[in-house]
Amino acid sequence: MGLRNRNIITKSLRYIVLIVFAVITILPFWNMIVVSLKPFQFAMSYPPQIVPTDLTFANYKEAWVTGSFGHYFKNSFLITVAATIGGTLVACMLAFALSRYRFPGRRIIFGLFIGTMMIPGITFIIPQYLLLKNLHLLNTYTGLTLLYIAGSIPFHMFLYKGFFDDIPKELEEAVIIDGGNRWTFFSRVAIHISLPAVATSVIMLFNGNWGEFLGALTFMSDPEKWTLPVAIRMLQGAHTTEYGLIFAASIISMLPIIILFLTFQRFIIKGIAAGAVKG
Amino acid sequence: MQNSLTLESAAPTGKPRRSWLRRHYGIYLFALPAIVLFLTFSVYPILYSFVKSFSDWQLLGASPFVGLRNYRTVLSDPNVGIAFKNALLNFVVSIPIQVVFGLLLAIVLDRPIRGRGFFRALFYIPVLVTWIVVIQIYMYMFNKDYGLINYLLIKSHLIGEGIDWLGSPTRTLVSVFAMGGWKGIGWAMLIFLAGLQSIPTDLYEASGLDGASKWQQFRYITVPGLRNTTVFVIVLLSIGAFNVFDQVFLLFNGAAPSDYDVPLSMIYNKAFSDLNFGYSAALSYVMAAVIILISLIQFKLLPKNSGMEG
Repeated sequence: MGLRNRNIITKSLRYIVLIVFAVITILPFWNMIVVSLKPFQFAMSYPPQIVPTDLTFANYKEAWVTGSFGHYFKNSFLITVAATIGGTLVACMLAFALSRYRFPGRRIIFGLFIGTMMIPGITFIIPQYLLLKNLHLLNTYTGLTLLYIAGSIPFHMFLYKGFFDDIPKELEEAVIIDGGNRWTFFSRVAIHISLPAVATSVIMLFNGNWGEFLGALTFMSDPEKWTLPVAIRMLQGAHTTEYGLIFAASIISMLPIIILFLTFQRFIIKGIAAGAVKG
Repeated sequence: MQNSLTLESAAPTGKPRRSWLRRHYGIYLFALPAIVLFLTFSVYPILYSFVKSFSDWQLLGASPFVGLRNYRTVLSDPNVGIAFKNALLNFVVSIPIQVVFGLLLAIVLDRPIRGRGFFRALFYIPVLVTWIVVIQIYMYMFNKDYGLINYLLIKSHLIGEGIDWLGSPTRTLVSVFAMGGWKGIGWAMLIFLAGLQSIPTDLYEASGLDGASKWQQFRYITVPGLRNTTVFVIVLLSIGAFNVFDQVFLLFNGAAPSDYDVPLSMIYNKAFSDLNFGYSAALSYVMAAVIILISLIQFKLLPKNSGMEG
């Protein structure tokens, strides 16, 4: 068999793998989109429709207006953006200190953060509830945001640290000689060099906070304060069979994270390669 | 740095030597926000619930110290065994799916190929979708009467009539864990892609010049080069598999029968349904101990000398 033929076979095999997996990946979403675009009485008809007919946006309108998903969207968005900005800044600064400087307590701090990553969050959800209650932060955006930030620090600190460890000492000395201080070096140089880490971390933070369910359910019992995942779950409880409505709400909830991911995705692999899998 | 410090302390300016705190406070300021938040919202609650795991913890009123009683109850509770067995099932079902297919896709998408960016993004999208949405799709697609899964299986003559996927604990859990594998393939793919990128390309070029075949290159460069990445992926997936919660919790709208329990849903139900907080806390720490043990064993497998540099 000629080399040329072998190449064609390998190439076709690759495309077959990709197409099979593309179908497996898309099919559930396709199913969901079709159902969300149909009048609700057709959601549970057999056979399931793969090519949609009689489309309507009624489910989307109902979810957004009658189902208050516009409001939940705003709640989710505010909390997620605040927790993502806060988490990025706080984890990044801690990583900077731990990575660039030797100071007393450094090892203990690092060990504490990494060690707690192994304890499941559910373990301390009750004390967190009591704590928020005592601080009068239950049912507040601030309370949930602070919990999200605190919970995200260990992993993201770890991610940033991998990047900061690689910045040569000479670069920092150059900044100091030019009259800068640590903050200048951190905010003007270190962050810029670490943009792949920032992009990776921002997407992971946004994704984690946007989809977080249990904390939002436990700490935000006031329906006014629900986030999207909690609202979708409540919709499921109230209208078990209205899949069109549930899927329309689900698709609304998926859009921001997918848009954000598509915008930043080219950084991610680089970010993970340098930050997490160095071995 | 070293120079400027010695100069400063040697210079006879009459200025008092900067104290330890003054030299370091700038660094601590960087670390302070993270430390304060973390001590308040994570460390304090962890210690609090650990202490309470030795008491008969009621939310209101006193919580008398009962020593190891809660822990003894945990170890003799048959439902704990079921919950761990179910988590193990998740481990067995979802990890091979993610590792095998994630690796396959990463290898295919590591080389220049038309539509590479599109496919990479597409396969990652399930990772981004929150469990509440995935569970809705799952319940719809795996429905016995109108679900797409049964329809496709019947149409392709693999089964005669619809399977009741939600008919028994094992069947339900296997199918929902398989869906978890589906959701996680993109994550594994991404980590493997990152791992592949850190294998130097000149290794392939040099071996190509020496006449190595594609298979030999795969066997002797790619496989050893991905060893650490694979261990990393498996360690994280194992921790994740034992931390399974959202899908099981959401499947039953928070009221899972004990046959379906995994450790975390049991912890949650013991606290919030049975209001048995002390027991729930003790179970949490048994669970944490198991996870730490699994992680330590697996980190031992990580070779000291990383082979990633080639």
